[in-house]
Amino acid sequence: MHRFANPARFQRLSAVVLPWTAGATVILLIVGLYISLIGSPRDYQQGDTVRIMYIHVPAAWMSLFVYVNMAIAAACGLVWKHPLADLFAKAAAPVGAGFTFICLVTGSLWGAPMWGTWWVWDARLTSVLILFFLYLGYMALVNAFDDPQRGTRAGNVLLLVGIVNVPIIKFSVDWWNTLHQPASVIRMGGPSIDGSMLVPLLVMALGFTTYFVTVVLLRLRAEIVQRKIQTMRLSEAQG
Amino acid sequence: MAEFFAMGGYAAYVWSSYALAALVMVGLLAATLKALRGAETTLKALEGSRPPRRRRQQRNGAAASPAAEVGEG
Repeated sequence: MHRFANPARFQRLSAVVLPWTAGATVILLIVGLYISLIGSPRDYQQGDTVRIMYIHVPAAWMSLFVYVNMAIAAACGLVWKHPLADLFAKAAAPVGAGFTFICLVTGSLWGAPMWGTWWVWDARLTSVLILFFLYLGYMALVNAFDDPQRGTRAGNVLLLVGIVNVPIIKFSVDWWNTLHQPASVIRMGGPSIDGSMLVPLLVMALGFTTYFVTVVLLRLRAEIVQRKIQTMRLSEAQG
Repeated sequence: MAEFFAMGGYAAYVWSSYALAALVMVGLLAATLKALRGAETTLKALEGSRPPRRRRQQRNGAAASPAAEVGEG
């Protein structure tokens, strides 16, 4: 891993990878949008509102996936003082917060016609709301210190503490009797959802993942350039 | 076509979901690109405003010199 810790090497590597992830994102999202809006059937109970699922569920997966990645990076940053790990968590946070926000609002827009309510304080909804606040708290904390090193350290600790929320979100639908339905794709015994709806779901999820990789690589590049500017300004100030 | 946009009577819910997701994702990408461009411009100006530490940069040719002129002017 430390081979990739060198920022200059990262800049070269990311320049090679970026066009591919960007291209994959465009293709996957175009195909994904087509099959989720046109190429898939409406649900016999939920009608066309089932199409909200193709945004809501991938966004929910991403909100957890991004958080777990940030927490792993936080651990690497704290233990090995890996410079890119700290930057990764910082770069990924707004994207994770964005996906969590999409998940919450589309859930509301789906709940209104199907459950008859925009919001309930059910275990799943509440724990995802806490995840959203963890993202916002991390972003505020990292930028709250004059010394960026101390900011990322404090942020990394918050990320590691907040990881307890991840299994709570995952199992909230099993542990508590909630309004939110239990898992139907990632479950023991395979998905209980029909292929005609599983395919658009997976294509969208893949598209969201490549989008995440693309945006994080771009943000990392910006962070590295920003660090360079900081050190140049510092050395200039010192003469 | 009208039937497609009607979404079986749930147009408001379905289309706002897709619109919101598009708004957030495109917005994040745009903000990211803007920040990256901004940082790269600042870095170029900073690098140009002081003499290169190593002569190697000049041997690399034309790519490095215009930035240096802009910075000095």
